[in-house]
Amino acid sequence: MAKVVVVTSGKGGVGKTTSTAALGAALAQNGQSVVVVDFDIGLRNLDLMMGAERRVIFDLINVIQGSANLSQALIRDKRLENLYLLAASQTRDKNALTEKGVLQVISELRKKFDWVLCDSPAGIERGAVLAMKHADIAIIIANPEISSVRDSDRIIGLLDAKTERAKNGQEVEKHLLITRFDSSRAGTGEMLEVDDISDILSIPLLGVVPESKDILSASNLGIPITLSNKNSTSAQAYRDAAKRLNKEDIPIIIPTKKRNFLAGWFSGRAA
Amino acid sequence: MLAQTRRSFSFQGRSFLAFVLAPSAPLHDWVQELEAWTAKSPDFFSKKPVILDLSGISLNKADFTEFLMLLRTRKFRLLSIEGVDPDWLEPELEPLADSKHNKDFQIAQSELVKSSLSVLQNTPDIKTLILNNPVRSGQSIHFPSGDVTIIGSVASGAEIISGGSIHIYGTLRGRAFAGSAGNEKARIFCNRFEAELLVIGGIYKSPENIDKDFYGKPVQAWLEGKMIKLKQME
Ligand SMILES: Nc1ncnc2c1ncn2[C@@H]1O[C@H](COP(=O)(O)OP(=O)(O)OP(=O)(O)O)[C@@H](O)[C@H]1O
Ligand SMILES: [Mg+2]
Repeated sequence: MAKVVVVTSGKGGVGKTTSTAALGAALAQNGQSVVVVDFDIGLRNLDLMMGAERRVIFDLINVIQGSANLSQALIRDKRLENLYLLAASQTRDKNALTEKGVLQVISELRKKFDWVLCDSPAGIERGAVLAMKHADIAIIIANPEISSVRDSDRIIGLLDAKTERAKNGQEVEKHLLITRFDSSRAGTGEMLEVDDISDILSIPLLGVVPESKDILSASNLGIPITLSNKNSTSAQAYRDAAKRLNKEDIPIIIPTKKRNFLAGWFSGRAA
Repeated sequence: MLAQTRRSFSFQGRSFLAFVLAPSAPLHDWVQELEAWTAKSPDFFSKKPVILDLSGISLNKADFTEFLMLLRTRKFRLLSIEGVDPDWLEPELEPLADSKHNKDFQIAQSELVKSSLSVLQNTPDIKTLILNNPVRSGQSIHFPSGDVTIIGSVASGAEIISGGSIHIYGTLRGRAFAGSAGNEKARIFCNRFEAELLVIGGIYKSPENIDKDFYGKPVQAWLEGKMIKLKQME
């Protein structure tokens, strides 16, 4: 049975698109068939992160409007044959996305793939609501800052109110993915700790992705981090998160502060 | 009967800010003031629901009809009318249940909230609303007819408005309005206090005026005279 996943956050720029690409690639590496769908109409990004920007001929809006069929619009990844992209339109505005059209595309994708990953636009408006509408599972991306966590909380409320599952009295399975986590600043008052975020949002933790330059290089290369730099801690975090989505039970590694040797030594002395 | 046999049900609630217009005598002067106001801010009332409270003036039916016409041509969105002979009113404009009390508080967010709610009727008079899930940022829970119990936390940017007491088995990070209909005996309890605002029976207390020692502790709050008091619970 296909699973439809929305990657969402409320706040912008927290790492939704990066995470969609990384998780999509990681799930595909596990051998499952995956499509990543860009719902950010007018601000498409996922094609760039997947390195497919020059191969987009038809997009989600073309399919919704009937000017292309789904198989024409699906772009197969160059590295993984079971990973596909359905791009957003850069020229249309978000009103081109219709409720009926989204339902039709998602139902078709459900038949073809094991995983349908929807990259939501930021905000709590129409675009974000349509991206979450048919989700079975939601991955809520939060950065360790109050504003991001509060927006995530708002999004969780919407998931409980506006999705098809909610309307049918079912729950959307929710997972928290903390990204851009900087262990050296966490808990200093500048940034929240993982425990605080989990406690505020009270949904299960899927993983913690550290703040890392590797992510930027991956997006510049147009290759998801889980493919471009497999040994990086970020890739590891995303790979583990993908396994947890598949119900594998593996412990979560929370990046810890790098030991400051001298500080440890002095405090040891004083004790 | 149905309400008593069904133990739980879901419904959608929407809360919003309603303005209460209460004209005073002489009506002519009052109307002129209103005209002056709407001339300055033409759209102020056009998108806001208005409750008209006419208990402060006496009108005959003809004057009432004329006054209503005037408000309608000024694009007032009337939600209900109080303080006149109900027979004069079209059914849609009849006074709202409990509306006499409702003007004591305001609900700032307008957000569609859908939750599974269970309303338990312990005794014929005391009603309790029990929420089994956390209340999320942007949500507003409004239960004027009794106590609210939340099994979970109330997020920053969320609010609970209860006619009675509020019990939170979790962290209160948002705003709590207890005794919204003026019940001064209402209390607020939470396992962990990080509230943005406490209101009991219309009396406010904001975090700047609350001792920092209460922060993060289990706390109860109640009204003593015109002051909200807090105490840490064991
Ligand atoms: N773990 C990370 N470490 C460092 N930089 C990161 C990390 N995750 C994301 N970024 C950077 O943050 C920026 C925003 O990321 P991304 O586009 O994935 O966010 P988004 O939530 O999709 O944004 P939008 O709301 O605009 O769609 C990008 O420049 C990306 O490279
Ligand atoms: Mg994005």
